[in-house]
Amino acid sequence: MTDTLEAGAYNFAYLDEQTKRMIRRAILKGIAVPGYQVPFASREMPMPYGWGTGGVQVTAACLTPDDTLKVIDQGADDTTNAVSIRKFFQRTAAVAVTEATAEASIIQTRHRIPEAPLSEGQILVYQVPIPEPLRFLEPRETETRKMHELEEYGLMHVKLYEDIARHGHIATAYAYPVKVEGRYVMDPSPIPRFDNPKLAACPAIQLFGAGREQRIYALPPYTAVVSLDFDDHPFEASKAPHDCDLCGASDSYLDEVITDDAGGRMFVCSDTDYCRSRCEAGHMGRLGVPQQEAAE
Amino acid sequence: MYVAVKGGERAIDAAHAWLAEERRGDRTVAALSIDQIREQLALAVNRVMVEGSLYDPDLAALAIKQARGDLIEAIFLIRAYRTTLPRFGASNPVKTAEMAVVRRISATFKDLPGGQVLGPTFDYTHRLLDFALMAEGEAPIGLAEQGAAALGTLDPVPHVTEFLNRDGLIETEAPSDGTPPDLTREPMELPAARPLRLQALTRGDEGFVLSLAYSTQRGYGRTHAFVGELRIGSVAVEMEIPELGFAVEIGEIELTECESVNQFKGSKTEPPQFTRGYGLVFGQTERKAIAMSLVDRALRWKELGEDFTGAPAQDEEFVLMHADNVQATGFLEHIKLPHYVDFQSELELIRRLRSEAMAAITTTQEAAE
Repeated sequence: MTDTLEAGAYNFAYLDEQTKRMIRRAILKGIAVPGYQVPFASREMPMPYGWGTGGVQVTAACLTPDDTLKVIDQGADDTTNAVSIRKFFQRTAAVAVTEATAEASIIQTRHRIPEAPLSEGQILVYQVPIPEPLRFLEPRETETRKMHELEEYGLMHVKLYEDIARHGHIATAYAYPVKVEGRYVMDPSPIPRFDNPKLAACPAIQLFGAGREQRIYALPPYTAVVSLDFDDHPFEASKAPHDCDLCGASDSYLDEVITDDAGGRMFVCSDTDYCRSRCEAGHMGRLGVPQQEAAE
Repeated sequence: MYVAVKGGERAIDAAHAWLAEERRGDRTVAALSIDQIREQLALAVNRVMVEGSLYDPDLAALAIKQARGDLIEAIFLIRAYRTTLPRFGASNPVKTAEMAVVRRISATFKDLPGGQVLGPTFDYTHRLLDFALMAEGEAPIGLAEQGAAALGTLDPVPHVTEFLNRDGLIETEAPSDGTPPDLTREPMELPAARPLRLQALTRGDEGFVLSLAYSTQRGYGRTHAFVGELRIGSVAVEMEIPELGFAVEIGEIELTECESVNQFKGSKTEPPQFTRGYGLVFGQTERKAIAMSLVDRALRWKELGEDFTGAPAQDEEFVLMHADNVQATGFLEHIKLPHYVDFQSELELIRRLRSEAMAAITTTQEAAE
C-alpha cells in the first residue's frame, strides 16, 4: 500500500456509513445489555483477522473528526501493531493522535488497561480474539449461547474448582472471566488478571470488538464487574513481585526483559505512557536515568 | 543501560520497502503484467475470485501480483477491497441450464443429450514436465481452434439430473424465490439453512473443502457420490431494473457447476432415491466445485433423516466456522504478534506453582529421611 490514500477513495475512518450504523447499533445493544455478546456483520478489514479487526471496526464506528486517538498493544504505544493501527486511522480519518492516556478520547488497546485512571467521556476499545468465556469448556457456539441464555455457568465454576484442587490456585493468568452486573459471564479479552479490578466501576465506556468471531460487547460506565472466585479462594490480582526498574512504580504491571545471556533481567512498566510520565515527574527506579542526563 | 524498545514505526516502513523490492525480484527479469497473469495463470485468478467472492479477473490478477503469488494473501486483498464496494442490488438467479459450455461431463451416463464435452482439462494429460515451455516454445494451436470451433455450434445442454428426475429417481429440488442470506452482510447464525451453507462453502478454502470431501469418501460421513454432471461455461447475468420494469443483461461470467448424485437407501422420512449435492464457483475451478458438492451433501443429513455419525464433514458448525481461510490464516498468524503481557502473567503463575511444588517435594523428602 502507498503511504497516502487518494482523496475520496475511502470514507472517513475507512468504513462506509451503512456499516458504521450497523456497528453502532450493535454497540448500543451491547451497552444496553452489559456483558452480552451481540452478533454483528464484521467486515473484512485491510489488516488480518487476529490483528485487531474487531477493535478497529468499533473504533472506526466511534471516531469523529474531533477525537483524539491513542492505540496501545501490550500497554505500549510503540509496538509494531499499535503503530500500524494508529497510522491506519491517521491516514483514513486524519484524527489527532496521542500517547497520553488522559488526553485521548478513544483508546484502542490490545491486552492491557492503562494504569492511569480513565475518566468520563473516554472510550476504551478492546481487541478480542475469542469473545466466548466458555469456549474452551464447550467448543460449540450453539451450546454456549444456550448456556448464557439459561445463566448456566456451572461448568466454569467446576473448571475453577478443578484448578484449585490440582494447583492450589486458579490457574488462569490472563483473560480471567468476570461476571457483569450479576448476569453475564464475560471474557475481558486477554488482559492480565492484574487489570481485572480496573474493569469495575470504570467511568469510561468499555467496548469489546471481536472481528473474526463477529461479536461486540460492552461495559457502560460504572458497571459492576466481579472476577469469578470462591469465598475461600478469593480473586487475587497478581504481578511480578518487583518495582519498575526505570520509574520505580510498585503499582504497575511489569514486563520482564532479558538483558543478557547470563540470566540477567529487569522489570519495566508495560504501560509506556505511565512509565514515561513518572520518569518525567522525577521518579526513578533501580536502573533509571535522571531525566536531565537522559536528555543530554 | 537498558532503553525500552523503540522504532516500531521505522522498522515497519523499512520492512514494507524491503517487501516491495522482494516482490519485484531480479530487475534484469521483465516484470509480470496484469494481462499476463490474467491470461496465463487463469486458474489462480479463478481461485482468488471464488474465495475472494468478487468476479473481476483484472483485480484478481493484480492481487496475485501484489501478493507475490500467495493466493490466500491475494484472496485477502480482494476481500478487503470488496467489502468497501457499494451494493446496487442482486441479480436474477443465473440460468446454468442455458450455459454456453466449454466443458460438460457426466460420470453417470456414457452418453447423453448434449454429449460429453471434455473441454480444456488436465484430466488425461500425462504429468510430464514440458521442457518446451521452459524454452518458451508454444504448442501448435490448430487442434485447439478445431475444438473451440466445434463448440460454437452447440445448443444449450440440459442438466443430467433432469433426466433422472423424470423417473422420480432423484429428489426434486424445491424452487424458492426467497432472498438468499448473505454472510458478508449479516453475522453467521447457526443452524444455517442450505443457501447460507453453500455460500460459505463457495467462499471456503479450497484445501479445507477438498480435505473434508475426501474424508467423506474415505468413510467419515460416507455419502457415496458420483459426478452426475460437471459443467463449465459462460452464463449471462441479468438484473431487474426497477425503473424499466424488466431484466436486462449486465454481463457474462464463467462458472463451474457440479451436481453430485448420491446413493440414498431411504430413511424414516424419505423414500429410497438419489440425492443431490451442489457446487457452484466462478471460473474453471472444478476441484472446488466437486468437493463443495460432496460436503454440501454430507451436511444435509438432518433434512434427509440420516444419522449423525460424528464425522467432521457432517458437522455444520465445525465446517462453517473453519472454512474461511482469511479468518483462519489471520487467527493462526496473529500468534506471532507480541504477547509479552499474557506470557508474563503465565510466567509468574508457572513460577509460583513450581516453587510450591518444589517446596512440597523437599518437605516430603525431609519427612522420608
